[in-house]
Amino acid sequence: MSETSISQNYIKRGEFSLVRLLLEGRAFFALISIVAVFSYLSPNYFTVSNFLIMASHVAIYGILAIGMLLVILNGGIDLSVGSVLALCGVMAGAMMQGIELQALGVILYLPVWAVVVVTIAIGGLVGAVNGVLIAWFKVPAFVATLGVMYVARGIALLQTNGLTYNNLSGKPELGNTGFEWIGFNRLAGIPISVLVLFAVALLAGLMLSRSSFGRWLYASGGNERAAELSGVPVKRVKITVYTLSGMLAAVAGLVLASQLTSAGPTAGTTYELTAIAAVVIGGAALTGGRGTVRGTMLGAFVIGFLSDGLVIIGVSSYWQTVFTGAVIVLAVLMNSIQYSKVARKT
Amino acid sequence: MTGSSDIPFSSPGMREVVLAARNVAKSYGAVHALKGVNFDIRRGQVTTLFGENGAGKSTLMKILSGVIQPSSGEIILDGESVIFQSATDARNRGISIIHQELSLAPNLSVRDNIFMGREIKGPMGVDFAAEEQLTRKLMEELEEDIDPLTPVEDLRLGQQQIVEIARALSVESRILIMDEPTSALSATEVEVLFKVIRDLTAKGVAIVYISHHLEEALQITDHAVVLRDGMMTAYAPRSEIDLNWIVRNMVGDNYDLGNPPEVQPGPVALSVRNLTVPDPKGADYNVVDRLSLDVRAGEIVCIYGLMGAGRTELLETVAGRLRQDSGEVVLEGHEISHLSIAERIARGLALVPEDRQRDGLVQTMSVGQNLSLASIASFTRGLFTDRKAEAALIDRMIREVTVKTDGGGAMIGSLSGGNQQKVVIGKMLATAPRSYCWTNPAAASTSAPRPKCSACWPKVPGRGWPWSIPHPR
Repeated sequence: MSETSISQNYIKRGEFSLVRLLLEGRAFFALISIVAVFSYLSPNYFTVSNFLIMASHVAIYGILAIGMLLVILNGGIDLSVGSVLALCGVMAGAMMQGIELQALGVILYLPVWAVVVVTIAIGGLVGAVNGVLIAWFKVPAFVATLGVMYVARGIALLQTNGLTYNNLSGKPELGNTGFEWIGFNRLAGIPISVLVLFAVALLAGLMLSRSSFGRWLYASGGNERAAELSGVPVKRVKITVYTLSGMLAAVAGLVLASQLTSAGPTAGTTYELTAIAAVVIGGAALTGGRGTVRGTMLGAFVIGFLSDGLVIIGVSSYWQTVFTGAVIVLAVLMNSIQYSKVARKT
Repeated sequence: MTGSSDIPFSSPGMREVVLAARNVAKSYGAVHALKGVNFDIRRGQVTTLFGENGAGKSTLMKILSGVIQPSSGEIILDGESVIFQSATDARNRGISIIHQELSLAPNLSVRDNIFMGREIKGPMGVDFAAEEQLTRKLMEELEEDIDPLTPVEDLRLGQQQIVEIARALSVESRILIMDEPTSALSATEVEVLFKVIRDLTAKGVAIVYISHHLEEALQITDHAVVLRDGMMTAYAPRSEIDLNWIVRNMVGDNYDLGNPPEVQPGPVALSVRNLTVPDPKGADYNVVDRLSLDVRAGEIVCIYGLMGAGRTELLETVAGRLRQDSGEVVLEGHEISHLSIAERIARGLALVPEDRQRDGLVQTMSVGQNLSLASIASFTRGLFTDRKAEAALIDRMIREVTVKTDGGGAMIGSLSGGNQQKVVIGKMLATAPRSYCWTNPAAASTSAPRPKCSACWPKVPGRGWPWSIPHPR
């Protein structure tokens, strides 16, 4: 009996495969059609240099989105990443100007690598605060990260008094030059920021698909009680994902500050929403437990290539907002179609 | 096995059939939950449906009440073939159902819950006074002293079940389906419910009753129908059946209620000392109050109690999910109160939870990932999981607990309820436990786990000792 039913099942699957392929690969097809349409509309779109420029724009959103994916897989949300990005950029900027230690009467100039490390640590710390509030004190993720979003933005503004650090290049005699390297340099013709994005994506992908932490994350996002009773340390998982999200926001902040060669406290406003959009377009479920790095990367590229494409063909930025919104709604609509199919089976 | 078509339709003394299922089948993907079932509901009589978990009882009831549509077959209402578009459609035609799981809004009052979705409309919006009066009447009928304005969350579980019953009664339907209505009721409350059922049948209401308390169901039933593996295996009027008949038909040819295997109890393996656990929802009373208990190796200790009596909380504390206020839990001589759930699992303690949807399964993951969830560490090599070792573990567990599935990659939702329960059991067996906390073996089934789970039950005492909570009463 079981053999016949299995083969029948395969036949059924074969029938639906085209629909399934379109539905499950929707972000991929969306990306291809975006590239095709804009290549047709503008001769400048389909060039290597343009793709590299667009990819370096995508890098910022993409890095944020991967952090956001981890949080969303856990069934949470992190609204603070845009502010953490700004805070970390500003902190990096401040360190490049030198830290004055009044007690010792010295000004400390950190080398660039140390600035990067300390900045990522700050991002991780803010993320850990989110995680502790949510996991231990049971503050709903939406509220906790909303609060931290304001606090982080406020500290960034206080730090610079609302101004922007315009000089991040450092001084050769202090040995702290090279901050622009992250944003401007290329390895084998590829911008460093894009390489950073792909490295982050690769590591996150490996972690999710192959490590036991990845399995813990999917399980606790899918059913936290069942995961807990199976021995998954759900609180540790929760704190870890928010910490990672904060660290990735710091990385994005470094990349952005380096690309702009300036660090301002208002950078990254509403970026958290773009990151959420990328994750959702990539097919992740906001209820947790479903989603992949591959999908999220496609989602980030869909948003980035779409908005840059609209700029290239000269569509007004107001229309860009409308288009982006429409794409997000469409993606969520398809998510609910896909998941309601699965849900009906249960 | 009896074929599915030969039901004795016209025995003398039978009332007319008001609702009938003819050759009703329901498939979920490759899984056949129902395979062509015929089922009759008679006016003014109680028909009881018996069967193991996963036999298809709830599926059949959901089809008869319009909650889901059959894959094939026919539903006949008053002699005419009908298709129910939805549960509301079925309710409008006089069929109502009391679901196994409570479907109340805890923040609303008893009155608002009873009239949810069909509020009595007056000239000034909802006529709360009329609703309240009707609620009061229903509560009197059920001999329950509940004020209609009490929020449902303030009621104990048994009273919540009464509200659920009252809601089904308030519809005044001709056909009433009761899927495990008594799981949280005390003996007196069950008596009252039976009185109400007798009143209803006297008025000509047809009743379908599902219960795992076989003796209790025998008190009230007029006909018995037994389902097994999605097929109807037996049908008889009350006068021709007894407990043995039911169990034999439920379980099949290799039925042997038997006694637990003879094992000489060894030394004390698990000891609970003066355990006190506060209410996890924050109410100011203890759900477990200074409880002490010894369980020896090889021993099966059964803990009885109604739903809401603290059985689940006791075991969840032993397993490590809930924190105790005071007292200690000693496993094989070591105090384990401070250990995490994972550490307790590593020491050979396993909890098979009662509610598989809430506590057992991760619906977004595959059958295999669910099976391996509690033993991830055993196939992790360095940073990464070893896929081959995991696949081997999954295959072994699928065979050992005999899960019917397309393979480890199938989605957990594609399995039938009984097979999902086996996955929950297999997940904990995969951790090679020596001690079990087993709440409601095979989810409230009286005899299910033994024959079907023959791979796990008899082995359990050999490996150590299971510790189980059977169903109340």
